Amino acid sequence: MTWTWFHRLGSPPYIYRLAARLTPWFGWTAALLLLVALYDGLVIAPPDYQQGDGFRIIYVHVPAATLSVMIVYTTMALAAATGLIWRIKVAHAVAASCAPIGASFTLVTLVTGSLWGKPMWGTYWAWDPRLTSELLMLFLYLGYMGLRSAFDDLQRADRASAVLAIVGLVNVPIVHFSVVWWNSLHQGSTLSLSGEDNIATPMLVPLLLSILGFTLYFVAILLVRLRGEILRRERSASWIREALSL
Amino acid sequence: MTQFLHMGGYAAFVWPAYGVTLLVVLLNIFWARRLLWQAKQEARRRLATQGFET
Repeated sequence: MTWTWFHRLGSPPYIYRLAARLTPWFGWTAALLLLVALYDGLVIAPPDYQQGDGFRIIYVHVPAATLSVMIVYTTMALAAATGLIWRIKVAHAVAASCAPIGASFTLVTLVTGSLWGKPMWGTYWAWDPRLTSELLMLFLYLGYMGLRSAFDDLQRADRASAVLAIVGLVNVPIVHFSVVWWNSLHQGSTLSLSGEDNIATPMLVPLLLSILGFTLYFVAILLVRLRGEILRRERSASWIREALSL
Repeated sequence: MTQFLHMGGYAAFVWPAYGVTLLVVLLNIFWARRLLWQAKQEARRRLATQGFET
Protein backbone atom coordinates (compact mmCIF):
# COMPACT_ATOMS: atom_id res chain seq x y z
CA MET A 1 0.00 0.00 0.00
CA THR A 2 1.45 3.28 -1.01
CA TRP A 3 0.58 6.48 0.81
CA THR A 4 1.98 8.96 -1.66
CA TRP A 5 -1.48 9.99 -2.87
CA PHE A 6 -2.42 10.87 0.71
CA HIS A 7 0.67 13.00 1.19
CA ARG A 8 0.07 14.72 -2.12
CA LEU A 9 -3.36 15.80 -0.87
CA GLY A 10 -1.61 17.79 1.85
CA SER A 11 0.82 19.40 -0.57
CA PRO A 12 -0.13 23.02 -1.37
CA PRO A 13 1.43 23.18 -4.88
CA TYR A 14 -0.24 19.92 -5.89
CA ILE A 15 -3.67 20.98 -4.60
CA TYR A 16 -3.29 24.44 -6.12
CA ARG A 17 -2.66 23.03 -9.58
CA LEU A 18 -5.28 20.29 -9.21
CA ALA A 19 -7.90 22.87 -8.12
CA ALA A 20 -7.09 25.06 -11.11
CA ARG A 21 -7.47 22.09 -13.48
CA LEU A 22 -10.72 20.81 -11.97
CA THR A 23 -12.60 24.11 -11.59
CA PRO A 24 -13.90 24.42 -15.19
CA TRP A 25 -15.14 20.80 -15.18
CA PHE A 26 -17.17 21.28 -12.01
CA GLY A 27 -18.29 24.77 -13.01
CA TRP A 28 -19.55 23.96 -16.50
CA THR A 29 -21.19 20.69 -15.47
CA ALA A 30 -22.97 22.59 -12.69
CA ALA A 31 -24.11 25.30 -15.12
CA LEU A 32 -25.51 22.70 -17.51
CA LEU A 33 -27.32 20.76 -14.76
CA LEU A 34 -28.76 23.93 -13.23
CA LEU A 35 -30.08 25.16 -16.58
CA VAL A 36 -31.82 21.83 -17.20
CA ALA A 37 -33.16 21.79 -13.61
CA LEU A 38 -34.42 25.35 -14.01
CA TYR A 39 -36.37 24.56 -17.16
CA ASP A 40 -37.61 21.25 -15.83
CA GLY A 41 -38.64 22.73 -12.48
CA LEU A 42 -40.32 25.89 -13.76
CA VAL A 43 -41.88 24.63 -17.00
CA ILE A 44 -42.09 20.84 -17.23
CA ALA A 45 -43.00 19.76 -13.68
CA PRO A 46 -46.76 19.89 -13.03
CA PRO A 47 -48.19 22.24 -10.38
CA ASP A 48 -48.76 20.77 -6.92
CA TYR A 49 -52.36 19.78 -6.12
CA GLN A 50 -52.32 21.79 -2.88
CA GLN A 51 -49.60 24.41 -3.33
CA GLY A 52 -50.13 25.09 -7.04
CA ASP A 53 -47.13 26.75 -8.69
CA GLY A 54 -45.94 28.02 -5.31
CA PHE A 55 -44.27 24.67 -4.69
CA ARG A 56 -41.67 25.51 -7.38
CA ILE A 57 -39.74 27.41 -4.71
CA ILE A 58 -38.67 23.93 -3.54
CA TYR A 59 -36.20 23.76 -6.46
CA VAL A 60 -34.09 26.57 -5.02
CA HIS A 61 -34.98 26.21 -1.33
CA VAL A 62 -34.14 22.54 -0.81
CA PRO A 63 -30.79 22.60 -2.68
CA ALA A 64 -29.77 25.76 -0.79
CA ALA A 65 -30.71 24.10 2.51
CA THR A 66 -28.86 20.91 1.56
CA LEU A 67 -25.74 22.93 0.81
CA SER A 68 -26.05 25.06 3.91
CA VAL A 69 -26.54 22.28 6.44
CA MET A 70 -25.39 18.97 5.03
CA ILE A 71 -22.76 19.62 2.42
CA VAL A 72 -20.98 22.89 3.19
CA TYR A 73 -21.09 22.80 6.98
CA THR A 74 -20.07 19.15 7.17
CA THR A 75 -17.20 19.73 4.73
CA MET A 76 -16.10 22.76 6.75
CA ALA A 77 -16.17 20.97 10.11
CA LEU A 78 -14.43 17.82 8.81
CA ALA A 79 -11.76 19.88 7.07
CA ALA A 80 -11.26 21.97 10.22
CA ALA A 81 -10.93 18.81 12.34
CA THR A 82 -8.44 17.33 9.85
CA GLY A 83 -6.41 20.54 9.96
CA LEU A 84 -6.48 20.67 13.73
CA ILE A 85 -5.56 17.02 14.32
CA TRP A 86 -2.96 16.46 11.62
CA ARG A 87 -1.88 20.10 11.29
CA ILE A 88 -2.49 20.16 7.55
CA LYS A 89 -2.51 23.70 6.15
CA VAL A 90 -4.51 22.75 3.07
CA ALA A 91 -7.31 21.34 5.26
CA HIS A 92 -7.57 24.62 7.15
CA ALA A 93 -7.65 26.43 3.81
CA VAL A 94 -10.60 24.24 2.74
CA ALA A 95 -12.48 25.04 5.97
CA ALA A 96 -11.87 28.76 5.60
CA SER A 97 -13.08 28.63 1.99
CA CYS A 98 -16.36 26.97 2.94
CA ALA A 99 -17.67 29.54 5.42
CA PRO A 100 -18.71 32.45 3.16
CA ILE A 101 -20.34 30.05 0.68
CA GLY A 102 -22.22 28.32 3.50
CA ALA A 103 -23.33 31.59 5.05
CA SER A 104 -24.68 32.91 1.75
CA PHE A 105 -26.65 29.73 1.05
CA THR A 106 -28.04 29.68 4.58
CA LEU A 107 -29.35 33.16 3.84
CA VAL A 108 -30.87 31.90 0.57
CA THR A 109 -32.51 29.06 2.50
CA LEU A 110 -34.05 31.46 5.01
CA VAL A 111 -35.23 33.99 2.40
CA THR A 112 -36.69 31.43 -0.02
CA GLY A 113 -38.30 29.63 2.91
CA SER A 114 -39.90 32.88 4.05
CA LEU A 115 -41.19 33.53 0.54
CA TRP A 116 -42.75 30.09 0.57
CA GLY A 117 -44.07 30.48 4.14
CA LYS A 118 -46.04 33.62 3.47
CA PRO A 119 -48.56 32.13 1.01
CA MET A 120 -48.55 28.63 2.55
CA TRP A 121 -48.48 29.34 6.30
CA GLY A 122 -49.62 32.96 6.24
CA THR A 123 -46.41 34.24 7.79
CA TYR A 124 -42.87 35.04 6.66
CA TRP A 125 -41.37 33.86 9.93
CA ALA A 126 -42.23 31.72 12.93
CA TRP A 127 -40.02 30.74 15.88
CA ASP A 128 -40.31 27.15 14.84
CA PRO A 129 -37.61 24.49 15.62
CA ARG A 130 -36.56 24.06 11.98
CA LEU A 131 -36.49 27.77 11.21
CA THR A 132 -34.74 28.68 14.45
CA SER A 133 -32.06 26.00 14.13
CA GLU A 134 -31.43 27.10 10.53
CA LEU A 135 -31.07 30.69 11.75
CA LEU A 136 -28.54 29.40 14.30
CA MET A 137 -26.68 27.87 11.34
CA LEU A 138 -26.32 31.36 9.86
CA PHE A 139 -24.97 32.68 13.18
CA LEU A 140 -22.50 29.76 13.32
CA TYR A 141 -21.13 30.63 9.87
CA LEU A 142 -20.98 34.34 10.69
CA GLY A 143 -19.41 33.61 14.10
CA TYR A 144 -16.79 31.43 12.40
CA MET A 145 -15.97 34.19 9.90
CA GLY A 146 -15.95 36.84 12.65
CA LEU A 147 -13.64 34.77 14.82
CA ARG A 148 -11.23 34.26 11.92
CA SER A 149 -11.06 37.95 11.14
CA ALA A 150 -10.28 38.71 14.81
CA PHE A 151 -6.79 37.21 14.36
CA ASP A 152 -3.98 38.77 12.37
CA ASP A 153 -2.07 35.51 12.39
CA LEU A 154 -3.59 33.02 9.93
CA GLN A 155 -2.37 29.97 11.84
CA ARG A 156 -4.02 31.08 15.06
CA ALA A 157 -7.20 32.01 13.17
CA ASP A 158 -7.21 28.52 11.62
CA ARG A 159 -6.89 26.74 14.96
CA ALA A 160 -9.34 28.85 16.95
CA SER A 161 -12.04 28.83 14.26
CA ALA A 162 -11.59 25.07 13.78
CA VAL A 163 -12.74 24.48 17.35
CA LEU A 164 -15.87 26.56 16.76
CA ALA A 165 -16.60 24.71 13.49
CA ILE A 166 -16.32 21.32 15.21
CA VAL A 167 -18.52 22.34 18.17
CA GLY A 168 -21.10 23.75 15.77
CA LEU A 169 -21.40 20.37 14.10
CA VAL A 170 -23.97 19.40 16.79
CA ASN A 171 -26.40 21.76 15.08
CA VAL A 172 -26.38 19.70 11.86
CA PRO A 173 -28.49 16.78 13.20
CA ILE A 174 -30.63 19.28 15.13
CA VAL A 175 -31.60 21.10 11.92
CA HIS A 176 -32.09 17.86 10.05
CA PHE A 177 -34.23 16.05 12.63
CA SER A 178 -36.04 19.13 13.99
CA VAL A 179 -39.09 18.29 11.88
CA VAL A 180 -39.18 14.81 13.39
CA TRP A 181 -38.26 15.54 17.02
CA TRP A 182 -40.56 18.50 17.55
CA ASN A 183 -44.00 19.47 16.41
CA SER A 184 -42.74 21.74 13.65
CA LEU A 185 -44.71 23.97 11.34
CA HIS A 186 -42.21 23.02 8.64
CA GLN A 187 -43.25 20.07 6.51
CA GLY A 188 -41.36 16.79 6.78
CA SER A 189 -38.53 15.74 4.50
CA THR A 190 -39.31 15.49 0.82
CA LEU A 191 -36.39 13.20 0.13
CA SER A 192 -35.12 10.27 2.09
CA LEU A 193 -31.99 8.21 1.60
CA SER A 194 -33.51 5.05 3.04
CA GLY A 195 -37.26 5.02 2.50
CA GLU A 196 -39.63 6.28 -0.12
CA ASP A 197 -39.54 9.85 -1.32
CA ASN A 198 -42.65 11.89 -0.61
CA ILE A 199 -42.76 13.34 -4.11
CA ALA A 200 -43.93 12.28 -7.56
CA THR A 201 -41.27 11.44 -10.14
CA PRO A 202 -41.89 14.39 -12.55
CA MET A 203 -41.40 16.72 -9.58
CA LEU A 204 -38.50 14.73 -8.16
CA VAL A 205 -36.25 14.73 -11.23
CA PRO A 206 -35.71 18.53 -11.35
CA LEU A 207 -35.14 18.53 -7.58
CA LEU A 208 -32.38 15.92 -7.80
CA LEU A 209 -30.82 17.69 -10.81
CA SER A 210 -30.90 20.95 -8.90
CA ILE A 211 -29.30 19.49 -5.76
CA LEU A 212 -26.57 17.84 -7.83
CA GLY A 213 -26.03 21.06 -9.84
CA PHE A 214 -25.74 23.21 -6.72
CA THR A 215 -23.34 20.71 -5.14
CA LEU A 216 -21.02 20.77 -8.16
CA TYR A 217 -21.33 24.57 -8.22
CA PHE A 218 -20.25 24.63 -4.56
CA VAL A 219 -17.19 22.50 -5.38
CA ALA A 220 -16.24 24.87 -8.23
CA ILE A 221 -16.51 27.96 -6.00
CA LEU A 222 -14.67 26.14 -3.20
CA LEU A 223 -11.78 25.29 -5.54
CA VAL A 224 -11.36 28.92 -6.62
CA ARG A 225 -11.44 30.19 -3.02
CA LEU A 226 -9.11 27.38 -1.96
CA ARG A 227 -6.42 28.55 -4.38
CA GLY A 228 -6.62 32.02 -2.88
CA GLU A 229 -6.43 30.64 0.67
CA ILE A 230 -3.44 28.43 -0.24
CA LEU A 231 -1.57 31.39 -1.74
CA ARG A 232 -2.20 33.42 1.42
CA ARG A 233 -0.72 30.66 3.56
CA GLU A 234 2.26 29.86 1.39
CA ARG A 235 5.69 31.09 2.41
CA SER A 236 7.87 29.30 -0.09
CA ALA A 237 8.72 31.37 -3.12
CA SER A 238 9.73 28.78 -5.67
CA TRP A 239 6.41 27.20 -6.61
CA ILE A 240 4.48 30.45 -6.17
CA ARG A 241 6.68 32.03 -8.81
CA GLU A 242 5.83 29.09 -11.02
CA ALA A 243 2.10 29.17 -10.15
CA LEU A 244 1.85 32.85 -10.92
CA SER A 245 4.02 32.19 -14.00
CA LEU A 246 6.39 35.03 -13.28
CA MET B 1 -46.03 33.32 -21.49
CA THR B 2 -48.16 35.64 -19.33
CA GLN B 3 -49.56 32.56 -17.68
CA PHE B 4 -46.06 31.29 -17.02
CA LEU B 5 -44.99 34.60 -15.48
CA HIS B 6 -48.16 34.64 -13.40
CA MET B 7 -47.11 31.36 -11.69
CA GLY B 8 -50.69 30.48 -10.78
CA GLY B 9 -50.97 33.52 -8.55
CA TYR B 10 -47.68 32.84 -6.75
CA ALA B 11 -45.55 35.13 -8.94
CA ALA B 12 -44.84 37.52 -6.05
CA PHE B 13 -43.21 34.66 -4.13
CA VAL B 14 -41.72 32.37 -6.77
CA TRP B 15 -39.82 35.01 -8.79
CA PRO B 16 -38.21 36.79 -5.81
CA ALA B 17 -37.11 33.36 -4.48
CA TYR B 18 -35.43 32.52 -7.81
CA GLY B 19 -34.06 36.07 -8.08
CA VAL B 20 -32.38 35.97 -4.66
CA THR B 21 -30.88 32.57 -5.45
CA LEU B 22 -29.51 33.76 -8.79
CA LEU B 23 -28.06 36.86 -7.14
CA VAL B 24 -26.22 34.79 -4.51
CA VAL B 25 -24.99 32.33 -7.16
CA LEU B 26 -23.49 35.21 -9.16
CA LEU B 27 -22.12 36.98 -6.08
CA ASN B 28 -20.30 33.82 -4.95
CA ILE B 29 -18.60 33.58 -8.36
CA PHE B 30 -17.58 37.23 -8.12
CA TRP B 31 -16.37 36.99 -4.48
CA ALA B 32 -14.36 33.81 -5.11
CA ARG B 33 -12.61 35.29 -8.17
CA ARG B 34 -11.91 38.51 -6.30
CA LEU B 35 -10.38 36.56 -3.38
CA LEU B 36 -8.08 34.64 -5.74
CA TRP B 37 -7.11 37.80 -7.61
CA GLN B 38 -6.30 39.62 -4.37
CA ALA B 39 -4.26 36.66 -3.07
CA LYS B 40 -2.28 36.64 -6.32
CA GLN B 41 -1.61 40.37 -6.09
CA GLU B 42 -0.52 39.97 -2.49
CA ALA B 43 1.79 37.07 -3.39
CA ARG B 44 3.31 39.09 -6.23
CA ARG B 45 3.98 41.96 -3.84
CA ARG B 46 5.62 39.61 -1.34
CA LEU B 47 7.76 38.10 -4.11
CA ALA B 48 8.82 41.56 -5.23
CA THR B 49 9.85 42.61 -1.75
CA GLN B 50 11.43 39.22 -1.07
CA GLY B 51 9.09 38.64 1.84
CA PHE B 52 9.30 34.90 1.22
CA GLU B 53 11.57 32.45 2.89
CA THR B 54 13.82 30.94 0.28
